Amino acid sequence: MDKFIWAFLVGGTICVIGQILMDVFRLTPAHTMSALVVTGAILGGLGLYEPLAEFAGAGATVPISSFGNALVKGALAEAERNGIVGVLTGIFEITSAGVSSAIIFGFFASLIFKPKG
Amino acid sequence: MSSKKKKKLTPTQQKYQVFAKEREPKRPVVKNSIRAFIAGGLICTFGQGLQWMYIRYFNFTEKTAGDPTVATLIIISVLLTGLGVYDHIAQWAGAGTAVPVTGFANTIASASIEHRSEGYVLGVGGNMFKLAGSVIAFGVFSAFVVALIKITIKSLGGV
Repeated sequence: MDKFIWAFLVGGTICVIGQILMDVFRLTPAHTMSALVVTGAILGGLGLYEPLAEFAGAGATVPISSFGNALVKGALAEAERNGIVGVLTGIFEITSAGVSSAIIFGFFASLIFKPKG
Repeated sequence: MSSKKKKKLTPTQQKYQVFAKEREPKRPVVKNSIRAFIAGGLICTFGQGLQWMYIRYFNFTEKTAGDPTVATLIIISVLLTGLGVYDHIAQWAGAGTAVPVTGFANTIASASIEHRSEGYVLGVGGNMFKLAGSVIAFGVFSAFVVALIKITIKSLGGV
């Protein structure tokens, strides 16, 4: 049960950081999301994101910052196995589920739904 | 506005910029932050619940449960986008719905629905990543740089 509370608190906090970037620093949503992804990648490279994800569960893996972390993780894991080329081949290894399902279901949505307004 | 742009303006225009800035409605930062906290927290708690369900009933492990969880969240968010519900939630929640992976799916789904009148290849295919593309581009590039730095440090005998 603890995990649910931490997921709520950590996930909420990351969203507040995003909101502050948007409101106080006047970034567009696209800039905010890019900034969070880059932050996630850097935290992942420093080895700080994994402990956070272990501790907060979905609170750390659901926000977009985990995308950056997963990209770094995939690249490093593949590089460990196959050498430096692994950085290129492994970069989408973990995030493949998220990216491809977003493309596939987004395409389905364009087949089914009509634009509103 | 950057100072470079400001130099090109005439004095009257500069005066107007100041005038407009004073009258621009103040953004309710605290209220927005609380809303983002609640909405973002709830989405993550829901994700945690999904993950728990996949581990408990579908034989996923702690490590592999992330993929189906993210995919489920994406399906739900695409459906809500198509039905026009997500926009209403996003208006209330601000970054609370933009920052989780559901916001990423929302940008892809809304861009592809919006541009379907331009045809499937040029409209849907070409515009799908209009907003989400920046996330992927910056994510991949920064991950590449970070991974290279880490490998270099490792091969030099560092941590």
